[in-house]
Amino acid sequence: MFENFDLQKAIFGRLSLESIPYHEPILLATFIAVLIGGAVVVGAITYFKLWGYLWHEWFTSVDHKRIGVMYIVLGLVMLLRGFADAIMMRAQQAIAFNGNEGYLPAHHFDQIFTAHGVIMIFFVAMPLVTGLMNFVVPLQIGARDVAFPFLNNFSFWMTVSGAILVMASLFVGEFARTGWLAYPPLSNYAYSPDVGVDYYIWALQIAGVGTLLSGVNLIATIVKMRAPGMTMMKMPVFTWTSLCTNILIVAAFPVLTGVLVLLSLDRYVGTNFFTNDFGGNPMMYVNLIWIWGHPEVYILVLPAFGVFSEVTATFCGKRLFGYTSMVYATVVITILSYLVWLHHFFTMGSGASVNSFFGITTMIISIPTGAKLFNWLFTMYRGRIRFELPMMWTVAFMLTFVIGGMTGVLLAVPPADFVLHNSLFLIAHFHNVIIGGVVFGMFAGITYWFPKAIGFRLDPFWGKMSFWFWVSGFYFAFMPLYALGLMGVTRRLRVFDDPSLQIYFVVAAFGALLIALGIGSFLVQIAVSIKNREKLRDVTGDPWNARTLEWSTSSPPPVYNFAFTPVVYDHDAWWDMKEHGYKRPLSGFKPIHMPKNTSAGIILAGICFVTGFALIWYIWWLAALGFVSLIATAIGHTFNYNRGFSIPAQQVVETERERTALLQSAGA
Amino acid sequence: MKRFRIIALLPLLAVLGGCNAVVLNPAGDIAVQQRDLVVISTILMLLIILPVMALTAFFAWHYRQSNTSAQYDPDWAHSTHLELIIWSAPLLIIICLGAVTWMATHMLDPYRPISRTTPGATAAEIKKPLNVQVVALDWKWLFIYPDYGIATVNEMAAPLDQPINFKITASSVMNAFYVPALAGMVYAMPGMQTQLHAVINKPGTFKGFSANYSGSGFSEMRFNFIGADQAGFDKWVADVKASGGSTLGRTEYLDLERPSEAVPVKKYASIDPQIFHLILNMCVQPGKMCTHEMAAIDAKGGLGLAGAYNVQDIEYDKSARRGSDPMVKKSYVASVCTKAAPMGMDVQAAEVTPISATPLLGAGLPRPSMFQSFAPKPSNS
Repeated sequence: MFENFDLQKAIFGRLSLESIPYHEPILLATFIAVLIGGAVVVGAITYFKLWGYLWHEWFTSVDHKRIGVMYIVLGLVMLLRGFADAIMMRAQQAIAFNGNEGYLPAHHFDQIFTAHGVIMIFFVAMPLVTGLMNFVVPLQIGARDVAFPFLNNFSFWMTVSGAILVMASLFVGEFARTGWLAYPPLSNYAYSPDVGVDYYIWALQIAGVGTLLSGVNLIATIVKMRAPGMTMMKMPVFTWTSLCTNILIVAAFPVLTGVLVLLSLDRYVGTNFFTNDFGGNPMMYVNLIWIWGHPEVYILVLPAFGVFSEVTATFCGKRLFGYTSMVYATVVITILSYLVWLHHFFTMGSGASVNSFFGITTMIISIPTGAKLFNWLFTMYRGRIRFELPMMWTVAFMLTFVIGGMTGVLLAVPPADFVLHNSLFLIAHFHNVIIGGVVFGMFAGITYWFPKAIGFRLDPFWGKMSFWFWVSGFYFAFMPLYALGLMGVTRRLRVFDDPSLQIYFVVAAFGALLIALGIGSFLVQIAVSIKNREKLRDVTGDPWNARTLEWSTSSPPPVYNFAFTPVVYDHDAWWDMKEHGYKRPLSGFKPIHMPKNTSAGIILAGICFVTGFALIWYIWWLAALGFVSLIATAIGHTFNYNRGFSIPAQQVVETERERTALLQSAGA
Repeated sequence: MKRFRIIALLPLLAVLGGCNAVVLNPAGDIAVQQRDLVVISTILMLLIILPVMALTAFFAWHYRQSNTSAQYDPDWAHSTHLELIIWSAPLLIIICLGAVTWMATHMLDPYRPISRTTPGATAAEIKKPLNVQVVALDWKWLFIYPDYGIATVNEMAAPLDQPINFKITASSVMNAFYVPALAGMVYAMPGMQTQLHAVINKPGTFKGFSANYSGSGFSEMRFNFIGADQAGFDKWVADVKASGGSTLGRTEYLDLERPSEAVPVKKYASIDPQIFHLILNMCVQPGKMCTHEMAAIDAKGGLGLAGAYNVQDIEYDKSARRGSDPMVKKSYVASVCTKAAPMGMDVQAAEVTPISATPLLGAGLPRPSMFQSFAPKPSNS
């Protein structure tokens, strides 16, 4: 049995020096840049002695506000990576004509479009959405934290762990070359024997655990921890959309986990779930992954809808039009999003009746979505619109999203989909709804809640620069893709034979450059805002004259959010309080019991990372060790009974007195 | 806001400049009907989209903060009439579109034999369809003409106004067969057969390609689709036959199946008539078991774990076809040794009674037709 024993294989599995792509100049340059950048960051943190601060105040924090901010930082960092992939693709497609092979070989190009999709959905959009919900929801419902604070920290670090695995694939081994959903048989071992798909599987599995737990956490928070008086129909719309999103997460992510488990069994132990012979069937994978995948797009866009609802009401200085129908529209979208998955593969040979059923259910979703749009429209009607940045993003969203909605319904007509499926028209459509909906929504949300989270507003000039670059960049980048789709150009092509198409790709690449400037302006905006923070400081806690509870506390809110739990009479609770001459209580403070920070989350997620890495490279002893220590650490954590502490009344008094002084200095 | 409105018109410009937009100006009747549907649906939706965009721009401008003459009503948040309109207007559009969708999806179902070859033609005028068997290989297209006994790689031709009956499969991974000028796409999947019915009405050479990413050679997985009149098509067939190309038999196919990129046009003057069925059932390599046989055995109760072990060696060897090694040498626990049966297999073997008298197959034995093996299970089992 041991005659073929290979010591190196036993210790390192598939990992060897050859796994590091030092012969690829692009990757090598990136690697060196990352190393230098990383060294600078680590050096700076060490020089300014920030490790302790970061560890105690942020990494181990169970405060939902800090975790929310960390999620958003993660999303923005990963946006840079995902966007780097995008611009490389655009550059390749803009030059690969007339026999020019471009600068990316298939091996590299195919990884890039896969990584772009995976990163943008799982590690940009999801963290941004989860981060906003994490930060805003407890404040909006008058709670002091989420229902399970430790779980929240653990969820965040699991997401980070998945993100790091994806990043590691850049420099150790390679990423999947299968497209972002890794359809078998291509993703099966026979056709993708290297580590790429394994990186894909384990990054998503680890991050998926985090997402699922965070979903459970926020549902429990919204259902159980609302302030007295806040019945379901008095919840702010963002909280409603968050609730629906998290219900979708809890119902959809186990399907993703399940289907990836089956795929890993196919790859690791040679089962035949999705093979094309021996009784397996890849069509099952396609169905299962889209049963998760379609709700996923609503998971992303519903919170964005929530942001737009809050922003529109605030900046129009007006109650949201049709609150009730807005809520029902959200619920209907939630339910219907489970009945449409097959529209992603009308062309797989289902019968006409099946195709029409899924086509028509898809169209029906556009009814509540349309109703929502009308509600925002009639909120603007007879309003007094202040065109601050969040409102600008909202108007841009309304004008952009309807185009994406229209092309989406067009793709839902099966015979039309037969000619447009997998074409660049499809690419333009979903970027139209994801950028026009989710990304614009996240920028609106970040600009809107930034003063609440950090204590000062974002610089409006650079914000407007970013806005105009993003919006015009989007149109330049994706309108040519609609046209190309109508010319019958399909997605994921690396080289082209028809030179007349080149001009469209050049325009699209120009659009991507504009978006790059948009992202750059956003980073400048943050830097400038930090520099001018004193000028931009928000002392009132309510810089936008807003309507919901989070604006009733200070900016940034104290650890305990609210010294006294507010009582709610209206869905615009803070507006209602302002209307009725609410007086902030100045005495009678009591000690406040709060959860205590813990390092268990970051440790568990670290072990998951190591285990995932070991499984990817077939380092079985390390995987076993990782798994055992994961269980042991989790059990060990349950013996930690020292989980809470009390903020003494005296400290609450101090904090509240400072706020009183601030408010007086602002003349409020 | 003005800037937005101008940009929003861009897709319309693309439509106007549609002379090279093949999806909007196709050459086959099916694709023409699909194009019509794209246009009708777009117009139906614009009925609601354009007013919404106009209203958004108008409200955003009219109710701006600096326009103090605009009415301001901060507590106005409900209107039953408006609610009725905002729910029913999209509903009406969707009812229309849904009805159109239901009919069109059935009429244009790729599995449905076409009922007209040109607009206005009657069913009586339809010619006998041309059969074409399509195989998506890594990374080229194989077209088999069973009626003519020829095959080609990366080029196919069809006579004008004659229905084409495509049977589509793939050798290894998923692809999509797509000729935009002819008809919509259909997935090509290994071990499975999909269908497409279409017709070409205009002469010319059109582009065809895979519309589903399938690996490193995907970008250059292109072919020419030639629409020609009957004389031109006959000449094309004669050319293929006269090309001096070899026969497409098992050996030639196995050679062709190996991954290759940007493959030039190739012609086979004759074919093994069984070849498409062998490809579809993944048993071109002599000695391999065909999937329809395996399915037939399974339908009759299967061979048990021992059978699974035995079948390993005669299943389609996808790793070898792609030039990689299998990851795990598969092994199965075929039976358990017990006191009663120290050799393990005895007990099981005794229990197995043959259910069907369908002749067993193997290399060199004559092959029954594909569907014979799917004979219904005896009811007494």
